[in-house]
Amino acid sequence: MLKTFKIGGVHPPENKLTSGNPIEILPLPKTVFIPVAQHIGAPAVPLVKKGDAVKAGQLIAKSSSFVSTNIHSSVSGTVKRVDFQADSSGYPKQGIYVDVQGDEWLEEIDQSKDLVKTFDFDSETIVKKIQEAGIVGLGGATFPTHVKLIPPKGMKAEVLLINGVECEPYLTSDHRLMLEKPDEILIGIQLLMKAMNVEKAVIGIENNKPDAIKLLSEKAKEYKGISVTALKVKYPQGGEKQLIKAVTGKEVPPGGLPIATGAVVNNVGTAFAVYEAIQKNKPLFERVVTITGKNVAKPSNFLVRIGTPTSELLEAAGGMPENTGKIISGGPMMGRALASIDVPVTKGTSGVLLMQKEEAKRDTVLACIRCSRCVSVCPMGLEPYLLMTLSEKQIFDRCESNHIMDCIECGSCSYTCPSDRPLLDYIRFGKGKVGQIIRSRNK
Amino acid sequence: MSITIIYTIATLSIIGIFAAVVLYFVSRKFYVYEDPRIDEVEGQLPAANCGGCGYAGCRAFAEACVKASGLDDLNCPVGGNDTMNTVAKILGMESVKKDLRTAFIRCNGTCDHRPKTSQYDGASTCAIAASVYSGESDCQWGCLGYGDCFDSCDFDAIELRSDMGVPKIIDDKCVACGACVDACPKNLIELRKQSPRNRKVVVACMNKDKGGVARKACAVACIGCTKCEKECKFDAITIENNLAFIDADKCKLCRKCVPVCPTGSIIEENFPPRKIKVEEKSELQNS
Repeated sequence: MLKTFKIGGVHPPENKLTSGNPIEILPLPKTVFIPVAQHIGAPAVPLVKKGDAVKAGQLIAKSSSFVSTNIHSSVSGTVKRVDFQADSSGYPKQGIYVDVQGDEWLEEIDQSKDLVKTFDFDSETIVKKIQEAGIVGLGGATFPTHVKLIPPKGMKAEVLLINGVECEPYLTSDHRLMLEKPDEILIGIQLLMKAMNVEKAVIGIENNKPDAIKLLSEKAKEYKGISVTALKVKYPQGGEKQLIKAVTGKEVPPGGLPIATGAVVNNVGTAFAVYEAIQKNKPLFERVVTITGKNVAKPSNFLVRIGTPTSELLEAAGGMPENTGKIISGGPMMGRALASIDVPVTKGTSGVLLMQKEEAKRDTVLACIRCSRCVSVCPMGLEPYLLMTLSEKQIFDRCESNHIMDCIECGSCSYTCPSDRPLLDYIRFGKGKVGQIIRSRNK
Repeated sequence: MSITIIYTIATLSIIGIFAAVVLYFVSRKFYVYEDPRIDEVEGQLPAANCGGCGYAGCRAFAEACVKASGLDDLNCPVGGNDTMNTVAKILGMESVKKDLRTAFIRCNGTCDHRPKTSQYDGASTCAIAASVYSGESDCQWGCLGYGDCFDSCDFDAIELRSDMGVPKIIDDKCVACGACVDACPKNLIELRKQSPRNRKVVVACMNKDKGGVARKACAVACIGCTKCEKECKFDAITIENNLAFIDADKCKLCRKCVPVCPTGSIIEENFPPRKIKVEEKSELQNS
């Protein structure tokens, strides 16, 4: 019996079209737009101004508080202007336009492909370097990694969980990374272990990636304290709380931090970024992005510079198919539809999915038939139908008492609803309102 | 048989009388004095329980009126001055005359003015749409058109106009309770002072983007060109964040700002048609 989390979960069609395609390097675009808020927390403060010459890897926006990160230029060239551009929601966000000229990296970045295995840093230096390199959780939530590595007072991390689950359908960026950079990832994990002073690390991988499980299990023998666990295929196993439950069997208390169970979760992509930041002095300015969809001519995995417009990715994948209904940044379950194809790739973009018109269409909303499918698939054990009704009627006190804040927004309820009710839309709205109420109460 | 009936009647009557006596003494013992004027004031209120006065309902407002020392801060927008005069009479206070107000939706971005650049197919309420998404056009300030204001109105004073994309307030029915003002996530609705015959001159736009961006997104956007500000002789127009605003308290309804607006974002309502100027008229006659 393979391990998995106990309650809820769905199994959407996997459609991992690109799992056999090696990571290719995307040609540099003409202009990049690097947003200053690519992470959870306070936006970074721009350090450059119009006309400044920048090199790839140069710090261009500085973190403004503890829960915030640095932003580095992903290309070399001249700063065109510091301005606002619409993000995936259509609301303008501040960022830095850089005109690309050549491809010059900062001298201290080690551009060679050689593997650097040994390191001699204490944990504080590692955390500091991670903070300086602007590393965030690359699974999609983009929570600053250095914050995770410093546990709150009175709590101690016991185990490091590495998330190689990639439970979202279509996406294969983590899968390809595990296949192509296993040693780098394992060294990154060792660095993270050292930073947190833990002896044990477990890589959780879903059973639909047998090649990655085999490769990493073999390689992990050379590294002390790292093991690989195969997990049953079930969405949303890549959720932090679900992964902890699946691997350690412990449950994160409602409203509590994952560290309460002694576990800290990081993505394989994050481990790779940590390796590059510390062993190669390379800040986080590029990432692997899957571009896929049933009608896409050339679905691929690309190594993309942060700030590259989505339109460049589309072009490299063979253009936009005619009956594209929606372009989604991220996977089909949790991703966001883009309002425009000028939206840039950010640190949290794990994939770009082109959905056909018939796939993307939302059917007419019918009345709730009380089948309770949403209740049975909710991985957090909530009652989505109730939370939706309460949010719709704006009864926010009851939303709170029914634990709306524990929703992880995985979308399993909306996916499974036979009446096509927009459950998550309303729950997200209620969650936002309850969050506001809680914040104003704590003031 | 008849004895059973008599017994039943007798027993029930004794229980009834006993209960009545107990209730009489209990009600005397626990009597709560309530100002009779509260009922009287409540009787005068419209009983809409809309919350436009800022209280939970008409009863709560009546209690507040009776408790208050003056009626300066209390106003029932639905009943208007007539109701407040009666309330003042009942309470023996001086009535304060308040300006009548009407709600106005400051967006004229109908489908023909504001081209759609994307499509939203999520839950069709403005509150949710605005929280995830800026809107179907390039204007992030304008009306979303899913009708949260329409749903919030207890007085049928909003016409949804789903074919045009922007709802409209029906002036005669609007009582300025303010429910729609709170419901609009884009803060488009303003309660403006009512002028005679509901005449108004308003900037029907909330776009705070720079002129070029605003104009590109919507044909009737305010571009902040300050022409109207210069034209106004009464200092009623102020420009802030690339957006003009006409203060209804200062506006004298001269309508001079309307023709100077290059995008037509200032609109006039309920005025008689303008007279054609004399020169133009003579030209017309000559031709």
